[in-house]
Amino acid sequence: MWMTVANIGWVVSAALALWMLYDWYKTDTSYSEEMLTSSREGEIEVVQEKHRV
Amino acid sequence: MANTTTAGSAPQRVSLSRVLGPAHVWALGVGIVLVGEYTGWNFAADKGGSLAALIICWMIGLLYTSVAMIDSEVTSTVAAAGGQYAQAKHIVGPLMAFNVALYLVFAYTMLEVSNAILIADTIKSYAGEGFGDWHYRGVIATVIVVLATLNYRGVLATLNVNFVITAIAYLAIIVLFFSVQPWSQGAVLKLGEMVTPANALPYGWIGVVAAFHWGVWYYLGIEGTTQAAEEVRSPSRSLPYGTMAGMITLLIGASLTWYICASLLPWQYLGYTYFPLLDAGRMTGSKTLEYMMFTATILAGLASANGCINDAARSWFSLGRDRYLPTWFSAVHPKYRTPYRSIVFLVPIALAFAFIANLGQAITFSILSGVLQYTFMSVNIIMFRNKWPLGTIRRGFTHPFHPIPAVVLFILCVVTFFAIFLGYGAQLTAMVVFYILMSLWFHFYRYQYVRRGEQFTMPWPKPKGY
Repeated sequence: MWMTVANIGWVVSAALALWMLYDWYKTDTSYSEEMLTSSREGEIEVVQEKHRV
Repeated sequence: MANTTTAGSAPQRVSLSRVLGPAHVWALGVGIVLVGEYTGWNFAADKGGSLAALIICWMIGLLYTSVAMIDSEVTSTVAAAGGQYAQAKHIVGPLMAFNVALYLVFAYTMLEVSNAILIADTIKSYAGEGFGDWHYRGVIATVIVVLATLNYRGVLATLNVNFVITAIAYLAIIVLFFSVQPWSQGAVLKLGEMVTPANALPYGWIGVVAAFHWGVWYYLGIEGTTQAAEEVRSPSRSLPYGTMAGMITLLIGASLTWYICASLLPWQYLGYTYFPLLDAGRMTGSKTLEYMMFTATILAGLASANGCINDAARSWFSLGRDRYLPTWFSAVHPKYRTPYRSIVFLVPIALAFAFIANLGQAITFSILSGVLQYTFMSVNIIMFRNKWPLGTIRRGFTHPFHPIPAVVLFILCVVTFFAIFLGYGAQLTAMVVFYILMSLWFHFYRYQYVRRGEQFTMPWPKPKGY
């Protein structure tokens, strides 16, 4: 049974890896690099936590 | 496109999703660590006997309680992905931060590798003849790729899954504990026969010191809760609650694990086996308990690997966001709100290590990187309190008895380094040389690309004395 599970695992892994690569490509070609890398550290702090004592 | 933010005419922005609560923080921390009860800690018995493994359980518990308290205070203030990396950047400086991020990536990636190997080894031990390298590697690939996909698709689902499987794996230890009638020594458990004055510390106190190396595995990774800092709804509340609750859970789990295993397995075997809890389940003679522990071992490995993928990717992502690595790594998926390039980039690295390393090597590299990080934390909290004393900035949690936890943490880290040197001196030296070379690369080459003013983002007052 475990041999079958392992063989199915290879197929599932390959399919998911391909899906991630496809989604990655689709995302990179649908949005600008500027937007994808626009996350900034500390935005949460500025908005949510005022550091008032 | 979902959940991106706009500000007037500024370009659309996308950031990590703030959807997590204290239970997710608990699931991340305990999920990463709990596999340590299922394998790894028991090698401490090989170094110093069963009693040494118990002493280490509590001594290393002290180390990690200090880590959890210190981490809770600092990260409730520096709420950013990257955890200790962001702390180091704001409190010590960029070079320390770069090194800490490398420690984090190595610790979590090697731990992920160890978990995949453990799951494959566990299945192999039950699969029988015909389960060859192809199948063994198929299990490893499945664990790493399936969990990476889960992480790619979103942090909420990832940590919901982690909560469920971690809870099941933890409950399995509780069920095993009550099934062996701990109130009635001699019925199933035979602690008095297994641990005697003659064999309790077979190598004396130097064996206890040597056991520090593997004792780290009881709790390694609880500090990973801080990587969720940018994705929790209330960092100053959720992170201390989740981390401290996780530490309490693990101290109880570790003590129960030792009691069960030391009462059922001779110390020589306990220090040798890869599956102490599974073997303890076998020793009860109950097939139900055996299969329960088999399942729980796999679930614990999955929970840990899942959390490690989450944390390693956040560290790598943070390095990219500050230009310590190419900014390309700092991309956030507009739909799933995850650091998708960092997640996928680390998959082949984990697979490569998992296919060539053995469990002992992978665990040791993970432990080494972890202890380097804890040593930094003891210095970090002293600097944090000196630069921003109590009352100058808002803290979600203030840890008690300062500076005693920092001093205890530093001393225990030094002892652990010595213990690692006793067993894996060459690996320790090689890793230190690696980090020195990476530091030189960062200082003389990479730092020129960093936008120095932009990396310090916390809206804090100037530190005292500056």
